[in-house]
Amino acid sequence: MRMVTTAIDPAALREELADPAAGGYAAFEGWIRNHNEGHDVLRLEYEAYEPLAVSEGERVIREALERFDVLRASCVHRHGLLEIGDCAVWVGVSAAHRDAAFLACRYIIDEVKIRLPIWKKEHYADGNSGWVNCERCAAHG
Amino acid sequence: MNKTLTVRYFAMFREQAGCEQETVELAAETAADVFRALGHRHGAAEPLAHCKVAINDRMAAWDAPVADGDTVLLFPPVAGG
Repeated sequence: MRMVTTAIDPAALREELADPAAGGYAAFEGWIRNHNEGHDVLRLEYEAYEPLAVSEGERVIREALERFDVLRASCVHRHGLLEIGDCAVWVGVSAAHRDAAFLACRYIIDEVKIRLPIWKKEHYADGNSGWVNCERCAAHG
Repeated sequence: MNKTLTVRYFAMFREQAGCEQETVELAAETAADVFRALGHRHGAAEPLAHCKVAINDRMAAWDAPVADGDTVLLFPPVAGG
C-alpha cells in the first residue's frame, strides 16, 4: 500500500506483480470524473491521514492474499488536488487463474473505499464545494 | 475523573472545529464518549456509526477505552477511491 502525491503510473506498477506462476492479472483504476450526483465537478481534493491509510491498506491487502488464491497484490492511492481524468487509485492483483484475480481486486478496492482514512472534497462548476459522503453511509442511511 | 486528551480532527470535522487538534479535559470512558462530548466542536452532523476513530494512531472501536494522555483521532465518513 502506497500513498502518493504525484501521478500514478499503472504500467510501472504492473511490472511489480509479475510472477512466473501467474497466469494473468486484474487491475482497477479509479479516475476523477466530471460529475457526481447531478453536480458538474471541476476537480477533486483528496485528504488522507497517511500513517493509518497505509497501515489499514496493508491490512486489506493481507486479507485479500489470505482469502483468495492470488500471488501478489498492491494498491496505490493518490492524494492532494486532482483534475478530471487523473487516476486517483490503482489496484492490481496477479494470480494463477482469473477468477481469484478479479475477486481479490474487487475486494481490495471495495474495502479501500470504506476503511481507509481518506476524504474527498469536490469543487463544482458553480463555485461551491462539498465533502463526499461514503458510499456505504449513503446506501444504508 | 477528568482525563487530559489530545483530539485531532480531519476533513469536515477540522473545518467545523476550526483547528487540527486541541487538548481537552473530559470525563470520558470510551472513544464514543469523546465523540459525543465534542459534538459542539465537530458539528455532530454525522452519526457516530458512519464515522471512525483511532487512538494513538491505531484504528479503534467506538467502545474502546480512552486513558489520560491519549490522542484520539476523529474521522468523519471516509470516501477514498
